[in-house]
Amino acid sequence: MTMDTMRTVEPTAEELKEGLRLRRKKKLTNLAIDTFLIVVSIMMLLPLVFLVANAFKTPAEMLSWPPTIIPRDPTIANFSAVLGDTPLLRWIGNSIAFAVLSTIAIVATSAIAGYVFGKFRFRTMNILFALFLATAIVPFEVYMIPLYFQAKTLGILNSLWGLLLGYLVMSFGIFLVRQNVIHSIPDELLEAARIDGAGEFWIFFRIVLPLLRGALGALAVLAFFQAWTAFAWPMIVATTRSSYTIEVGLALFQTGFTVDLGRLSAASATVLIPSILLFVLLRRNFVQGVASTGLKE
Amino acid sequence: MLKRKRFIFAMLAILPTLAIFAYVRLYPIADTLRLSLYQWNILSKNKPFIGLANFRELMGDHLFLDALINTTIIAFGVLALTIPMALVIAALIFHRTRSRMAGFYETAVFIPHVVSLVPAAMAWKWIFDARLGPLNALLDFFGIPMQNWLFDPVLSVICIIVLCSWQALGYAVLIYLVGFKNLPVSLYEAAKLDGASGRQSFWHLSIPMLKPITLYVSVVTLVSGFNVYAQAFVLASDAQGAPGRQVRVLVLDMLENSFRNYRVGYAASEAVVLLVIVLVLTLIQFSMLREKGKA
Repeated sequence: MTMDTMRTVEPTAEELKEGLRLRRKKKLTNLAIDTFLIVVSIMMLLPLVFLVANAFKTPAEMLSWPPTIIPRDPTIANFSAVLGDTPLLRWIGNSIAFAVLSTIAIVATSAIAGYVFGKFRFRTMNILFALFLATAIVPFEVYMIPLYFQAKTLGILNSLWGLLLGYLVMSFGIFLVRQNVIHSIPDELLEAARIDGAGEFWIFFRIVLPLLRGALGALAVLAFFQAWTAFAWPMIVATTRSSYTIEVGLALFQTGFTVDLGRLSAASATVLIPSILLFVLLRRNFVQGVASTGLKE
Repeated sequence: MLKRKRFIFAMLAILPTLAIFAYVRLYPIADTLRLSLYQWNILSKNKPFIGLANFRELMGDHLFLDALINTTIIAFGVLALTIPMALVIAALIFHRTRSRMAGFYETAVFIPHVVSLVPAAMAWKWIFDARLGPLNALLDFFGIPMQNWLFDPVLSVICIIVLCSWQALGYAVLIYLVGFKNLPVSLYEAAKLDGASGRQSFWHLSIPMLKPITLYVSVVTLVSGFNVYAQAFVLASDAQGAPGRQVRVLVLDMLENSFRNYRVGYAASEAVVLLVIVLVLTLIQFSMLREKGKA
């Protein structure tokens, strides 16, 4: 109906001209915006691109100006030197083990606590939740020194378990799951299952967990990257060369006397390339997780 | 009866998490507060209570004040660089949401935020390197005198701000993008009908409506700025045996007091100062949000 009435109104030549001008102006604006954003994107990525490029360069080429993005005669000498100098693979292994275990712990504790806080509104639970909420803003750096002494008492310094001690729970993970439980799991569903005689544990494992798959996936990615990039805690807990995570290992390696930038770049690139690939693969999950941190209100 | 059964389940289910939480979070937080009032030298057996003496000593401690000033400058420097840039970039990406490139922009801006800190800092270390770095080479190309970026006390703080902003930008852009996507479209259409240009609706609609997001991102950025450590460690530590001047930051000073000088109580009082800063920032955020709610 509206289509018909629209069609009967013939635009005048001037109106057509004006429309064309506006469309052209819009196209030009978009072109300018795209150009700007492409420049920004490239500038953001350039340091990392150069780092990877430098890893394959000879010492002479490192010095050349302007710096080359694709090395003229690529060499893997830097990589073999680093692998000879440091237990790089061991450090990467430590980091992976630490990140995986931390992810499992955080996903498990957050799923259970988030579900209980979301669906069991007893007064005790509300008080406990307030306790979790109140400590969420305290940065890790504030309480890591006493935690270090606890790890020492337990005798788990310089071990995977020591690293893990600082990364077992994540307040934000509990909020994320609680939020999802409240919004996406109807009470009626749980009640129906209870009436059918389902036990609470069965309900949690068979109904709640499958419905939380998306949220837990996002949380897992966040937790993994959080442990993978942890610095201050591994720095104080892991102090023997064989227990370093990759972050600590690299940070201490670069303070050495005889280290050149080529080898540093090679070591860094070895760490960067897999984590960037992993991120690009899991981008959707990650963005979902991080984006929900901003939506706490 | 049924209610009781459910309560027992809830308690049993929460118990392991609660126990872990109490051990790795509540107890050490309480311990930090307690230790800050004691003089505890790891090497000595007794641990006398000294009240606020640690805090009084902090006020006259040049190393600590130096660290506090540096950290504050870094945190606010990162804030001043990141927030305006993130707002503009997010607005432009949002404007181009439907273009094929939007995903690429988002990923490119976000990657620095997720990659490991130390390897990324290494890239910047090369950029700022006085002898080999492209930054000095570029300056030289334009006839500007080369700078000793990482060893000059002022310049090295700037280097840390640049590195931290590069990493913080992606997070801020992402949160702003979520904010833009939640803004009511009808309002923009109304503004357009009234003849508002894109720039006008950005200034008069987007910025005021995104104020809660700006507050949130600002506080997150400031808090992580006050906790800066790895960036300063890599960029401004005594690299390669050169007589580098360290940029002291709070966390570094705290760890040094605790593990190099064995003054754990003193380090704990520094941690309390850090905690107070974070609490004040968070309170400011909440009170500003509430004010907005009332208006």
